[in-house]
Amino acid sequence: MDWTAFRLSLELAAWTTAILMPLGLLVGRWLAYRRFRGRGLVEAAIALPLVLPPTVLGYYLLVSFGGDMPIGQFWQQLTGRGLNFSFAGIVIASIIFNLPFAIQPVQRAFETVPPHLREAAWCSGLSGWRTFTHIELPLVWPGVISAFVLTFIHTIGEFGVVLMVGGSIEGETRTIAIAIYDRVQAFDDEAAGAMSLLLLVASFIAIALVYGLAGKGRGVGVR
Amino acid sequence: MSADDLSVELVNRRGIPLDLRFNVRAGELLALVGPSGSGKTTTLRAIAGLLRPTHGLILCQGAPWLDTRQGIALTPQQRRVGMVFQDYALFPHLTALDNLRLAMDDGDTNSRRQRAMELLRMVRLEGLEGRYPSQLSGGQQQRVAVARALARRPRVLLLDEPFSAVDMMTRQRLQRELALLRQSINIPIVLVTHDLQEARALADRICVLHQGNSLQTDAPDTLFREPRSARVARLLGQPNLFQGLIRHSPAGLRLSWNGRLLELHQPPELADGARVDWYIPESDIILHRRERPSQGERENPINGIVEECITLGVQTSVTLRCGESGERLRFNTSTHAARRNGLVPGITATVSLLSQGIHLMAPSTEISTAEE
Repeated sequence: MDWTAFRLSLELAAWTTAILMPLGLLVGRWLAYRRFRGRGLVEAAIALPLVLPPTVLGYYLLVSFGGDMPIGQFWQQLTGRGLNFSFAGIVIASIIFNLPFAIQPVQRAFETVPPHLREAAWCSGLSGWRTFTHIELPLVWPGVISAFVLTFIHTIGEFGVVLMVGGSIEGETRTIAIAIYDRVQAFDDEAAGAMSLLLLVASFIAIALVYGLAGKGRGVGVR
Repeated sequence: MSADDLSVELVNRRGIPLDLRFNVRAGELLALVGPSGSGKTTTLRAIAGLLRPTHGLILCQGAPWLDTRQGIALTPQQRRVGMVFQDYALFPHLTALDNLRLAMDDGDTNSRRQRAMELLRMVRLEGLEGRYPSQLSGGQQQRVAVARALARRPRVLLLDEPFSAVDMMTRQRLQRELALLRQSINIPIVLVTHDLQEARALADRICVLHQGNSLQTDAPDTLFREPRSARVARLLGQPNLFQGLIRHSPAGLRLSWNGRLLELHQPPELADGARVDWYIPESDIILHRRERPSQGERENPINGIVEECITLGVQTSVTLRCGESGERLRFNTSTHAARRNGLVPGITATVSLLSQGIHLMAPSTEISTAEE
C-alpha cells in the first residue's frame, strides 16, 4: 500500500475540487440562464474531455505546458518552475479534465429553477446575492453535491492525463491510480489489489451518495 | 401629481410594443384586459421593475419609480411592489411561513413571525404555516402567494392572472376572498386577466389593451354600455355592433338602420347623413310576448327571424336575423320566456331596442369585417 500516493491523490482531488466548484457554479449558472450565440460551442468544448482519449488531452497539455509555449512560459515566469512533471501541472490538467463533471450537473440543476422564482425573490426585496444564497443555492444543492463528488472521485481515479503530464514522480505526481499501474508492472499483486479495492469501495460510496442525493432532489418539490 | 397613487406611462419598442397610460388610486382595483399579446403582463412587469421599457414614467405616491428622461429606474427591490405571479412562484424549499418571512425586511425575528402568522390567518391558512408549497392545493398556494405579496408592506399590489391556474369552484371562492381582502388594504391594485367576467366582477375600473395601447379605461358598467369604439366593444366580446346613419326627421333626430328609423335617448349633435357605428348591450334588447304587444314594447320594435336559439341553463341566447340585410341581433332571455313564446329557429319574433341602450360611436373603417 503506497500511502504517499494515496495522500497525493487526496491533495490533488482537494485542490481540483476547491478550484473547480466556484468555477462550476459560475459557468453552470451562466450557461443555464443565458441564451447567446455560440452557446452550443461553449457547451461542446466543456463536454470534450468526456469523449477525448485521456492520452490525447494529456498530449496537448504536455505540449502547451512546455517552456516554449505561452502557458508554460507564463508559469515559469510566475513561479520559476516548469509545469510538466509537477504537482501544479497535474492540478491544472485535472481541472481541465474535470470541467464537464463540475459544470454539467450544476448547469442541469440551475436549468430546473423556474425563472419566475428569481423574479419573485427580487419583488420580495431580496438582493441578487440573497436570491442566490437563499433561493437558488438551496434548489441547486443536489446538483452541486453531485458535481463535487463526481469531480473528487474522478480526480482520484484519473490515470491517462496525469501520466502524460506528470509522469510518475514519487511524492510529486505519482497518484494512487499510477501507483497501482506501477505495482502491477512490478508483479506486486498484493499492493495493487489492496489499492484497487480501496478505489473500488471509495468510488462505489461516492456514486451511491450522488444517486441518493439525486433521489432526494426529486423530493424537493421543484416544479 | 394628482391624488393618484400610481401613475403609469409606458412606451416600449422592443419585444411586445406598449404605448399606454393609466392611473390607479389607493384602494382602487384596476383590471388590465385584452387578448394575448396585448401587453397586459408586460405592463405589470414594467411596473414591478422586471422589464425596462423604452420610455416611461411611473410615479408611486408622487415618487418616481421610473423616469427614463431623468435616467431614474428603481430596481424591483427598491420599488416595494407586491406581485402575485400566474404560477405563484412560491419558493418550493421553504414552508408557507418562511415564504412570507423571507419577504419581510422590518422588525425582529419575533415580530416578523407574528406578522407572517397574521397574514396567513388573513388568507385563511392558519394551521398550514408549516406546509411546503408541494403539500398545498392550488387554491392554498395562491393564498400563500397573495400573503407573501403583502408581507413586504407593498405600495402597489400587482396580480398576474392570479385565478387562472385553479378550478372554477376555487376560482369563485378566491375571487370572493380578494374582494374581501381589498377592504383591508388601501393601496392601488392592478389585476391582469383575460376573463372579462372576472374583471367586471372585481374591478373598479377596467383598462382595455390592444396591441399595447390602452383603448379605454372606465368603470365596468360604463365600459360595457358605452364602449369608446367598435374595437373596444369587440374586445369586450360584445355582439350587436352595427353601422347606421343619422337622420333629421320631422319627429326629431333618428338613427337609420336596416331600413328603420330608431329613436335615440340622447340625440347627438350630428349632421343629417352622418355615418356612425352603434352598439346595444344584450340587456337592452327586450323580447316581445307573441301576439300580445303591450305599451312599453313600442320602443324601436324590430322584426326578425330566429336563426339560433341556444339554451344555456336558465338563460337562452337568441340570434335574430333582421331585415333584408340580414343583420343579426343577439340577446338573452330567460329559458322560461323562450319556451313560453315558442322560440325555435325559423319563426318570426319581435324585439324592442331600448333607446337608452343605443350607444353611438365614431365610425371606424374596420366594422365591415366584424364577425360577432
